[in-house]
Amino acid sequence: MSTARLSVLTCAAAALGIVGVCIHAARERAYAATPLRICADPNNLPFSNQARGGFENSIATLVAGELHRPVEYFWWAQRRGFVRNTLNTGDCQLVVGTASGMEMLSTTRPYYKSTYVFLTRHDRNLAIRSFDDPALRTLKVGVQLIGDDFANTPPVHALANRGIVKNVVGFSVYGDYAEPNPPARIVDAVARGDVDVAIVWGPLAGYFAQRAAVPLDVVPVSPRLDLPYLPFVFDIAMGVRRGDSAFRQQLDEIIVRRKPSIDSILIAYGVPLVDIRAQTQRNQ
Amino acid sequence: MARKLWLLVFIVGCRTEPSRAAGSMDVARDTTRLAGSDSFPPDDGQWVRPAQDYASTRFSSLTEINTGNARNLRVITTFSTGFVRGHEAAPIVANGTMYIISPFPNTVYALDLTKPGLPLKWQFNPKPEAAAQGVACCDVVNRGLVFDAGKLFFNTLDDHTIALDAETGKPVWDTKVGDIQIGETITMAPLVVKGKVLVGNSGGEMGVRGWLKALDETTGKVVWTAYGTGPDKDVLIGPSFKPFYAKDRGTDLGVSSWPPDMWKIGGGTMWGWISYDPQLDLIFYGTANPGPWNADVRPGDNKWTTTLFARRPDTGEAVWGYQITPHDLHDYDGINEQIVIDLPIGGRTRKVLVRPERNGYVYVIDRTSGEVLSANPFGFVNSSHGVDLKTGNLLVNQDKAPKVGMVVREICPAAPGMKDWQPSAYSPKTGLLYIPHQNLCMDEEGLSANYIAGTPYVGMNVKMYAGPGGNRGVFQAWNPITGKEVWSIKEDLPVWSGTVVTAGDVAFYGTMDGWFKAIDARNGAVLWQFKTGSGIIGQPITYRGPDGHQYVAILSGIGGWPGALVSAGLDARDSSAALGFANAMKDLPSKTTRGGMLYVFGLGS
Repeated sequence: MSTARLSVLTCAAAALGIVGVCIHAARERAYAATPLRICADPNNLPFSNQARGGFENSIATLVAGELHRPVEYFWWAQRRGFVRNTLNTGDCQLVVGTASGMEMLSTTRPYYKSTYVFLTRHDRNLAIRSFDDPALRTLKVGVQLIGDDFANTPPVHALANRGIVKNVVGFSVYGDYAEPNPPARIVDAVARGDVDVAIVWGPLAGYFAQRAAVPLDVVPVSPRLDLPYLPFVFDIAMGVRRGDSAFRQQLDEIIVRRKPSIDSILIAYGVPLVDIRAQTQRNQ
Repeated sequence: MARKLWLLVFIVGCRTEPSRAAGSMDVARDTTRLAGSDSFPPDDGQWVRPAQDYASTRFSSLTEINTGNARNLRVITTFSTGFVRGHEAAPIVANGTMYIISPFPNTVYALDLTKPGLPLKWQFNPKPEAAAQGVACCDVVNRGLVFDAGKLFFNTLDDHTIALDAETGKPVWDTKVGDIQIGETITMAPLVVKGKVLVGNSGGEMGVRGWLKALDETTGKVVWTAYGTGPDKDVLIGPSFKPFYAKDRGTDLGVSSWPPDMWKIGGGTMWGWISYDPQLDLIFYGTANPGPWNADVRPGDNKWTTTLFARRPDTGEAVWGYQITPHDLHDYDGINEQIVIDLPIGGRTRKVLVRPERNGYVYVIDRTSGEVLSANPFGFVNSSHGVDLKTGNLLVNQDKAPKVGMVVREICPAAPGMKDWQPSAYSPKTGLLYIPHQNLCMDEEGLSANYIAGTPYVGMNVKMYAGPGGNRGVFQAWNPITGKEVWSIKEDLPVWSGTVVTAGDVAFYGTMDGWFKAIDARNGAVLWQFKTGSGIIGQPITYRGPDGHQYVAILSGIGGWPGALVSAGLDARDSSAALGFANAMKDLPSKTTRGGMLYVFGLGS
């Protein structure tokens, strides 16, 4: 408010003289006050939600603080068409979490690396660490299905490659959007005992394991890569519009400078970070 | 008032066209015309459903516009829909009024054909939920509405089936039949048969379980639901189910042909075309592909996806079923149109369905039994080696099966198939089927990072490109008796519009760069063409106006799966956009721009 008033006064005073400079200064201030518009899913903890309760919300606040800009959100379910209907319409300018190198947007340097994990009830003592554990042939195994682009979550393919199909239960990653955090149903299924083990992306498993009614074990999968090319560990980056390279560079700098703060946010949300603490996490 | 005027004009204006009284317009036209026959059932000059008749011929017996004068066609009027996404719907003509429906937000317009310039009588905005756009697979299209017994019936993208009073545009009933929260949308045009409004869902990509529902035409209440997967009781398979082939016989195959519980999210939706044979009292339609797309995780036939069904319209009970593409590998949905005709085959007249199928074959199928009489490729196919007529099996080429992390090149046809939803037409006069289709192959390669709902994975990069010959589209005349092409027109872009053919021996279709063409149905000569404002992916129709003259109408407005690059503003640099279709359509943004517009053509005075 006071900044705006000051700029009006300055401009009025300079009206007879250096008009061009004044307009330029006003533009600069307008830009500085322009909110940082975040494209985010309103219903997908631990990543983001409309109450701003996700770790991507916290990271967005941190980034906006570095840029001296307030945060605003453009909400859209992160499904097919997300980038097209958010970033590319101009309604927002930053996707806080996306796979590094994703073709449809321009991604920053990665700010964390996580892994798919085996999620089991602690009281079952299953201790599964590898896709080659024979127990996976007989236990009831939950996986998430995407059903797009001939693609699926990597564990689905890893099991299919080993001929493990009949005892696998598919959960749609989309779930029922009328319920809170629809992808989390697979975690509920483990806690209830509907499936013996679920193979889930780490951040989702880590967060909900901390909050489950019964203690759950979160164990990173191995190997980290199935041949010919099926990784279970992914780099996660921020995404901006293709061509928005100056903004991307700013973000790269913030990611380097604020790495410790970003790490503590992720750790607080139970995100299993590869290369930092890849050891077994347990919620007692 | 309009109706009285309509009747009056009928009496005064119809000198050359034999015609029934307007009051009998709801009666289905005879579905059992013989190929090459010169006598047609009377045509009331209206166009009350996208496929024209229950047989889905898209044939008009009007002859005022013919091969001798089509070159004189000119624009009579235009009307902007105000929307810029893909316009796939057919205009509908009934009682001196033309009805059109826009893509999302599915606004319905009624235009008065009795007055110059076709002034707007009313419009209706169903106000569908904006979130529905987020779950629609391939542009937010709508394939049309239908007129029956004084009412209009249509579906909205957010899963409502709505009945309007055709005279006033006031809603009569509105039934929510699906749930966008679980990924269901509706894009198909309903069909009304024996007081039932037949509606199916879309959303196989989202793990939706497919269904076809029948709603009571008067109340909107759901009378029956036939699922595309699951136990027999859900699929409405009972004692009278008699599939022709052994492979389709057994109990609860919709469960046992899947890994446990996978059928619950297995696809088999129904977003295409339904036909009806009043004599046999059977409806015919096919189900879409199984989900998920990666076939490794769903060993088995995955019944009843990509299956052609014959059902009783009163109860939904299945009478026969034939799974066209068991265990689909390539997204070859089975929702294309089937044309109900009788053909002389093997020395006798057979009651058949003719189906130009997404997997690349024109199937001729005995509609009383489900027996495949012939299945001939109508373009270059290498994803399979043919169809075994003894067993009904598609002979799949395993060399072209997609594999995670591997590159598989030159899979033909590509995922949209040899032909997608765009409906063909059949002329009993020439005995030929007119097929608008594409000529595309694809490479499938892994290695592309992707991210959905907070979940990273390696996507299969699908890249589509022109098939042999370098043209991406074909408009083809096909003899269903010999199973051979008679003539064809190569089009640079996929032919994603429907078609119509008339007793004047003129066929009409549009191109994705906006040309609307009149073709000599006998030899493929281009008689006339007109460049509309945007690419055409709609369905042309022809009708007799209240003034007694014949007109042709089409909605122009680029979009749909191949046109999403323009209508949805996808990034042409991302070759995997629109599930790989963008790669084949990189030049489209330089050839057309978006915008929905109705064009009406006539000979003028």
